[in-house]
Amino acid sequence: MNVPASWYLILAAVLFGIGLFGLLTRRSALTMFMCLELLLNAVNLTFVTFARTLSDIGGQVNVFFVMVVAAAEVTVGLGIVVTIFRNRSSTSVDGLTELQG
Amino acid sequence: MVAMTYSIPSMLVFLTSAILVVVGAIGVISFRNPVHSALSLIVTLFGVAVAFIAQSADFLAAMQIIVYAGAIVVLIIFVIMFLGVDRKEDTSVEPFVGQRPFALAGVTITIAGIIYLMASSHFTTGAMSVSSGGAQLATGQANVQQLGTSIFTTYLFSFEATAALLMIAVIGAVVLARRENAQVATEGDVE
Repeated sequence: MNVPASWYLILAAVLFGIGLFGLLTRRSALTMFMCLELLLNAVNLTFVTFARTLSDIGGQVNVFFVMVVAAAEVTVGLGIVVTIFRNRSSTSVDGLTELQG
Repeated sequence: MVAMTYSIPSMLVFLTSAILVVVGAIGVISFRNPVHSALSLIVTLFGVAVAFIAQSADFLAAMQIIVYAGAIVVLIIFVIMFLGVDRKEDTSVEPFVGQRPFALAGVTITIAGIIYLMASSHFTTGAMSVSSGGAQLATGQANVQQLGTSIFTTYLFSFEATAALLMIAVIGAVVLARRENAQVATEGDVE
């Protein structure tokens, strides 16, 4: 018999926590993107665990859509990072104050 | 709760996956060189793929490797090298005073809350879904079949919507990353 679902859920929660900490503390936009991927993977792991527990394929379908959205998000996000880097020669998010009123 | 009703192999698989995931994730947030972070991210993605296989999501495990490790991470590494930002980020100073303790406290409270909520509700209600009649999820080839049937019947509209989303993302990325070449072309004509 497989290990209890709670083990995987706790692992997903821990992964989410590590990703969230990185997202809150790192300055480089690229590292923040990677932390965002950690968050999405934690949620995916939860989806798959509940799909197994509830015997519902819908959870796995959701993961499929999350992966597609993650790919789209990374594509557009990295485009924005490249544009910002052209104008500022830095990917640090600390100095991005151009939109200040 | 009957103790030890689960087998040793499944525990070993879980431990392997957990170690890969946690070590990789800590690497992502602690390496100062973004290239090292990206390589560490691949370790985490492999760990998640192992967890997927252990939970009969074979197709998603394959997609995890192909799409995440094979496409998204490569894209991130490509941009790192394209921009030449593979130098170390100075993490010794905190731009905001007390940012890290606050972040750590917030994350700890959030995670403790999630785990407490899950544990106090016995993690799941135990209710069985109506879609598969409470039957076990299939593995291997049958898993692909199950997933495909579900996507192309119940979730057909969402599937079509993701096609539109990907199209918009590709066009958006091209527009964002394009240089303004109009002026350069005019100068070329003059010469």
